[in-house]
Amino acid sequence: MADTENKALQAKEKLEITGQAEQSRPGLVFNPTVDIFETDNEITLMADIPGAKAEDLNIDLHDSLLTLEVDVKSPEEPDEEDIFREYRTGKYFRQFRLSQVIDQSKIDAELKDGVLGLRLPKVEAATPRRISVRTS
Amino acid sequence: MIFRRRIDVPAWGWTTPFGELENLRRQMDLLTEGMTRGLWRETSPGVFPLMNLTEDKDNYYVRAELPGLKAEDLDISVTADTLSIAGERKLPIENEKVKYHRREREAGTFSRILSLPAQVDTGRVDAKCVDGLLSVILPKAEAVKPKQIAVKAS
Repeated sequence: MADTENKALQAKEKLEITGQAEQSRPGLVFNPTVDIFETDNEITLMADIPGAKAEDLNIDLHDSLLTLEVDVKSPEEPDEEDIFREYRTGKYFRQFRLSQVIDQSKIDAELKDGVLGLRLPKVEAATPRRISVRTS
Repeated sequence: MIFRRRIDVPAWGWTTPFGELENLRRQMDLLTEGMTRGLWRETSPGVFPLMNLTEDKDNYYVRAELPGLKAEDLDISVTADTLSIAGERKLPIENEKVKYHRREREAGTFSRILSLPAQVDTGRVDAKCVDGLLSVILPKAEAVKPKQIAVKAS
């Protein structure tokens, strides 16, 4: 990290997803930038989702496919008029396939200042996997 | 009756059989131009952070996406017609031993100055940074606000 301490940040446009096949609602969809790192015990995912509120966040882990979906409301009031626009706002969407088995019951998500921190604890290899069958 | 008249006797005055087609083409051009203008108006200044500037009757609104930054990390100053924002984004490292799968987020310093379209009232500028979204409200100076001019009937 030391080498980047004094680096000047570069302006980057948000990466828009256009290839997504189906969308139920109109609007722009962006790929959030993420860091994913792991230790022996857990995988951590940090995602930049500025403007997002905790209640708009939808995190789903299903068959080792982690889906991140965030609905960001436009901060502009309806009577505001654009003078210029350098970035656009919209949904964030990204999916990851996790190679490790995650202990779903211990997943912890925290949203702070527009950064999502997701802790995904690995299932201990020694313990046999418990599969709880839920009756709905 | 009006409907019939429109079909039978074109009222928009074309002279050749292609006139109507030409008219249609022009309208399509206008439509596509309007669409692309609305969608692709953003231009990149090459300076972090990217900003959106909007206005209403009384204020200018400057917004920038600064995930992970708090209000106290930012250095914002304003003159009558410029706004400057500087700061540093740090990515806290909790554990040095982690192994990275992806590393797309960046840390670093930034500093940007923005020219405002008109004078603002510097005393009443308000800035807040919530959920990684900075919004600065700059009230327009009284002198540059649009004024309603009443027309007197003599």
